[in-house]
Amino acid sequence: MNYVFLVPLFPLLGFLINGLLALSLKGRSDEKIPGKNLVSWIGCSSVGLSFLTSVIIFFKLLALPAGERVVQKIAFPWILSGSFHIDIGFLLDPLSSIMILVVTGVGFFIHVYSTGYMAKDKGYARYFSYLNLFTFFMLMLVLSNNFLLLYLGWEGVGLCSYLLIGFWYEKKTASDAGKKAFIVNRIGDFGFALGVMLIFWTFGSLNFTNVFENAPQVLAMGGGLVTAMTLLLFMGATGKSAQIPLYVWLPDAMEGPTPVSALIHAATMVTAGVYMVARCHALFLLAPFTMGVVAVIGAATAIYAASIGLVQNDIKKVLAYSTISQLGYMFLACGVGAFSAGIFHLMTHAFFKALLFLAAGSVMHALAGELNMQKMGGLKKHTPITFWCFLAATLAISGIPLFSGFFSKDEILWKAFSSPHGHFLLWMVGVITAGLTAFYMFRLFFMIFLGKSRMDPQVESHAHESPKPMTIPLVVLAVLSVIGGYVGIPQSLGGSNRFEGFLSSVFESGHVAAEEVTAHAPSAEYLVMIISIGVILVSIFMAYRFYLKNPGIPKRLAEKYKTAYGILYHKYYVDEIYDKTIVTPLLNLALFLWKSFDVLIIDGTANGVASLAGWASRVIRKTETGYLRNYALSLIFGATLILVYFIFR
Amino acid sequence: MVSSSAYLMLSAVIFVIGVLGVLVRRNILVMFMSIELMLNAVNLAFVALSRQLGNLDGQVVVFLVMAVAAAEAAVGLAIIICIFRRKKSVNVDDFNLMKW
Repeated sequence: MNYVFLVPLFPLLGFLINGLLALSLKGRSDEKIPGKNLVSWIGCSSVGLSFLTSVIIFFKLLALPAGERVVQKIAFPWILSGSFHIDIGFLLDPLSSIMILVVTGVGFFIHVYSTGYMAKDKGYARYFSYLNLFTFFMLMLVLSNNFLLLYLGWEGVGLCSYLLIGFWYEKKTASDAGKKAFIVNRIGDFGFALGVMLIFWTFGSLNFTNVFENAPQVLAMGGGLVTAMTLLLFMGATGKSAQIPLYVWLPDAMEGPTPVSALIHAATMVTAGVYMVARCHALFLLAPFTMGVVAVIGAATAIYAASIGLVQNDIKKVLAYSTISQLGYMFLACGVGAFSAGIFHLMTHAFFKALLFLAAGSVMHALAGELNMQKMGGLKKHTPITFWCFLAATLAISGIPLFSGFFSKDEILWKAFSSPHGHFLLWMVGVITAGLTAFYMFRLFFMIFLGKSRMDPQVESHAHESPKPMTIPLVVLAVLSVIGGYVGIPQSLGGSNRFEGFLSSVFESGHVAAEEVTAHAPSAEYLVMIISIGVILVSIFMAYRFYLKNPGIPKRLAEKYKTAYGILYHKYYVDEIYDKTIVTPLLNLALFLWKSFDVLIIDGTANGVASLAGWASRVIRKTETGYLRNYALSLIFGATLILVYFIFR
Repeated sequence: MVSSSAYLMLSAVIFVIGVLGVLVRRNILVMFMSIELMLNAVNLAFVALSRQLGNLDGQVVVFLVMAVAAAEAAVGLAIIICIFRRKKSVNVDDFNLMKW
């Protein structure tokens, strides 16, 4: 347990070494990228070692008795300024140990996958150094024991997201997407920073233990202060975790390499917001209004993003909107007080969403970079491993029983229905979204792998399965997508929900919600389960009819309901709206300030002072005649004046 | 006995003649001589006042002033000789390299 600092240290070292390698190898335009093996080994093994350490720490934590699974380790003091004291400290409890397992585990497999996917890329070393840096920051985020270190990790992952989205920076769309991601994130981070400042102002400390233990005494339940605090923190979460209104960067972020989308925009960075809300549950539970806001925004985002995903033709865009939608589920869970359900879904989602992205990358690899679903079809025979893994992930995300997604999604839906913070409407939205999810995911699956081939003949002739470094992670993640849910089998189905039990020591106040739940009859839980399964099966059947049996239906529907289709296809025109109402006015204001204020006034003042000095010197230097007798005269003249002054004093 | 005011008047007149010499004459050596004249005028004033006040301090200062005048004359003449070697002229109007 003393070695917890190793967990973020390994990726940091990997970043430094790979970064130096990247700089030293820059400008070499060899066909074979030099040092590639070394970079791969360092990049993957740093995360691999982190994963091993995380596993060891996890088992050590399990060995402790249930109530005492909280360990704080301080590496060294960071800021000492009067009474403001911040350490580089690590908080190890069930929540953070699950997070580090997910981050390092999924991250390790994505690193291995990248050795295959990015094999021919010139910026290979730079890529791995950025990935390692990202892993470092993410681990600092989830392990930190105080708000400031969490904020450091928060900002750091935003930075790495920018670097990796704009990895192919020579492409304008990619660098634009990177900027968009960073700027939109910053807007959320502004709120987050204000929230942190408010916390410091109220509690005088930023350490988690100090804040959360004193929270019930210091803050009034439902009071304005705690509501403001939590709303500001949640604003940061909407930016980082792509909820309404700050989700717009995530679809554009698909410009980055696909493993980046898998790691950052599926499994880890976007889950930082959910982790933060779960970590600060003590504060959120004191602010019922914010809980309501979180749940409503989560549910709204879920259904909104799912509706957009229904009609997109780019496979990565569909997955991006799916991520936004699933994150909405996680926030819905947190908003109704089911924090462990939210984290459970975070974990299973990491498995199947990372798998989906990696499999999409495999598809793109097979089809030489093709992204448009309308140009795919019948890929099953060319890429069988990818096919089966993709199927596993699709079944998981749709919430088919026995797959991991079923248990986590079901838990969320049940809690949305039954929790005292929950509401029937939230549950209804969740069920509809589950149906939509199943529909668009199976649409994606059918259109890529089954049915008649719509592939370009040239492309089809070269279609091949991906190499081992890419397929092995797919298989591993597929296995996890299937079995990952079994740690959370709810009691109603005979399991012991070990996941929730493990996290219960963290979310103790969440137990209040759990007790009131038993007021509902157990049959209500079965009914809820059956309704959601039914909706999902109907959706899958509809997707089957639309895209396999009768492919003409979607076209006819699109033409019949042209406006609705247009709105969905153009993502509700939100990007355009933001551009018109926010971006363009700000840009114009900036241009105005530049042209008239900066150039005219400030530069004018600076230049004016200089030209004034020049004018003055041109006048005064005329006294320097070089004429000795003039100087003598001025001497005498001055002496006379002094004499006269003294005489008449 | 002549009144000491006569000495002081004489000293003033000689001083003014020296000043005018510095201002008006073009030959650098004559300007120098005028400066010496000014210094001697001041010497005269000091001695006259010393006699009037009965205090020997004034005469001691005269010694100092003379020593200074001698040193200054030596240095100044050395500079003039250097300049003359360059410019081949003692007309002070020709020394205008420092003109803007």
